[in-house]
Amino acid sequence: MTLLDVRSAARSATTGGTAGPAALAALATVGTLCFVDVTAIRLVHAAPRSGGWHWALLAIATAGALATLLLIRPVVTAVRRGQQARKAVELGDAVAARAYRSRSRNAAWVTIGSCAATLIATFFVVFLLANDHAVQRTFFAPEMISISWWEVTKAFEKNLFIAGVAEVIVLAWGLVVALARLAPGRAGRPIAMIATAYVDAFRAVPAIIVIYLVGFGLPLAGVPVLSSMSPTWAAIFALVLTYGAYVAEVYRAGIESIHPSQMAAARSLGLSYPATMRHVIVPQAVRRVIPPLLNDFIGLQKDTSLVTVIGTVDAFTQAKTYSSNYFNLSSVTVVAALFVLITIPQTRFVDRLLARDQRRLQAR
Amino acid sequence: MSFLEIKGLRKSYGELEVLRGIDLAVEQHQVICLIGASGCGKSTLLRCVNALEPIDEGQIRLDGDVVSGEGTDVDRLRRDVGIVFQSFNLFPHMSVLDNVTLAPRRIHRLSREQAQAQALELLERVGLSGKAAAYPDQLSGGQQQRVAIVRALAMNPRVLLLDEITSALDPELVAEVLGIVRDLAAAGQTMLLATHEMSFAREVADTVCFLHEGVILEQGPPEQILGAPTEPRTQAFLRRIIEAGRL
Repeated sequence: MTLLDVRSAARSATTGGTAGPAALAALATVGTLCFVDVTAIRLVHAAPRSGGWHWALLAIATAGALATLLLIRPVVTAVRRGQQARKAVELGDAVAARAYRSRSRNAAWVTIGSCAATLIATFFVVFLLANDHAVQRTFFAPEMISISWWEVTKAFEKNLFIAGVAEVIVLAWGLVVALARLAPGRAGRPIAMIATAYVDAFRAVPAIIVIYLVGFGLPLAGVPVLSSMSPTWAAIFALVLTYGAYVAEVYRAGIESIHPSQMAAARSLGLSYPATMRHVIVPQAVRRVIPPLLNDFIGLQKDTSLVTVIGTVDAFTQAKTYSSNYFNLSSVTVVAALFVLITIPQTRFVDRLLARDQRRLQAR
Repeated sequence: MSFLEIKGLRKSYGELEVLRGIDLAVEQHQVICLIGASGCGKSTLLRCVNALEPIDEGQIRLDGDVVSGEGTDVDRLRRDVGIVFQSFNLFPHMSVLDNVTLAPRRIHRLSREQAQAQALELLERVGLSGKAAAYPDQLSGGQQQRVAIVRALAMNPRVLLLDEITSALDPELVAEVLGIVRDLAAAGQTMLLATHEMSFAREVADTVCFLHEGVILEQGPPEQILGAPTEPRTQAFLRRIIEAGRL
């Protein structure tokens, strides 16, 4: 090692290279600790007046206070490695200095990241405590939750039924529309045009308006068969109309993403256009669109709560009855929690599928 | 009359005229090699014969029947004229066996058992019977191309078109594919192939055609075209091939 290297290493070791992040990390830690602990103390004070949340609040306060202790390890590492780096510079060991400096910086950024996350979580708790914890009482009132949760959960079955039936129908209907949009040749053009018009219309109109029009309009118009549908089936019909248009576009994108050489290869063997679609193009396309398809299904599931506008008694309708009777929104929070509960596993599943596709692409 | 006859074939993409009057006759059990620089129209000519590209002018006859122009049953034609592509184009979601049996089962209405027995026999011939259950992405390029040849052969085509089938392969994999074409030629399969492998063309071809800017400039037995071409542009093309070390 030349003298010059040592000098430049020394310069960067002393001028801020480590001192910056490490000092910032130390500062952030102190700030976060104070904020979290003050909040924890407020929680402990608030606990007796929160009704059924007493023990939960104490647990949250304790957990928060303990969690901040986890910040100490990385911040200590950041500061220690910084000191070691400076010592190494004094001893003329630039390589060791660089390594210590790098570790110090990494530990510092870990600390700062953890502090940021902790602060955000704590702000949420502070928000709940605001105005003599009115927020908490409005959205998370334990007595309201215990009164309403059973009826709301039972009504949620309606949402699941509507979503399940609509999804099965949409799966088939969307493919039919997609194939119609891609209908080949001059004979196919009118079919493609009508399919395009359908997709354009129903992607433009908000789902809530389609549900309203179908749910109230069809009975009013007295159309045979359609007008005698129950509100539940009207809701299913409306959601199929709306999501059929979305899913048709997903399918179409999938079909168009299959390279034309696949079509050429199948047709060159003498397979007809429909046979090629059925055996070669659509099977590959469907595999490709499963993740975006599931995303649309999650949207559909959430939109089942819109059926409340036509008087179908779903979880949201039920929760609204409670909330207007008791002037408290906690029963609606239960609905929100139910949607979170069914959606999270699905989103994770989609993430896994996407990750798998990604790996496959990289493997090729 | 020849078995496959192409007369005055013209084909344009917009302003660009790719084929400018092709006349070609292929006898049964003959192997015809098309050579020429990239963009000279070799691939387009093969795709026209298979009706993957509609032709603008001219006529194609197969065994006496006119198989071009309005109202041609292209699906029917393609049962008789198979094609193998440069990029294999196997169906990635199907096993090797399903790739090969799809068309015979759907078009010849063979039972699954019949189709599989026939497919396994063909795979055996190209040394891939052990890969019947594998998927295309588990195979090397050479293996994939051999499967693609078998897939075309499973329809018992009367003419087989090969479109630069070794161009996408690593050099060490070329031989295994060419070996199969050699066997097919020996077995009397009528073939029309576009290729850059000149020594292979010399070995298997009955006739070599040199294409230049959409016309066949010169055709004849391989010794003549590759050994002593009379056209200056053929000479120039072959000189470049030799300089590139490909002859």
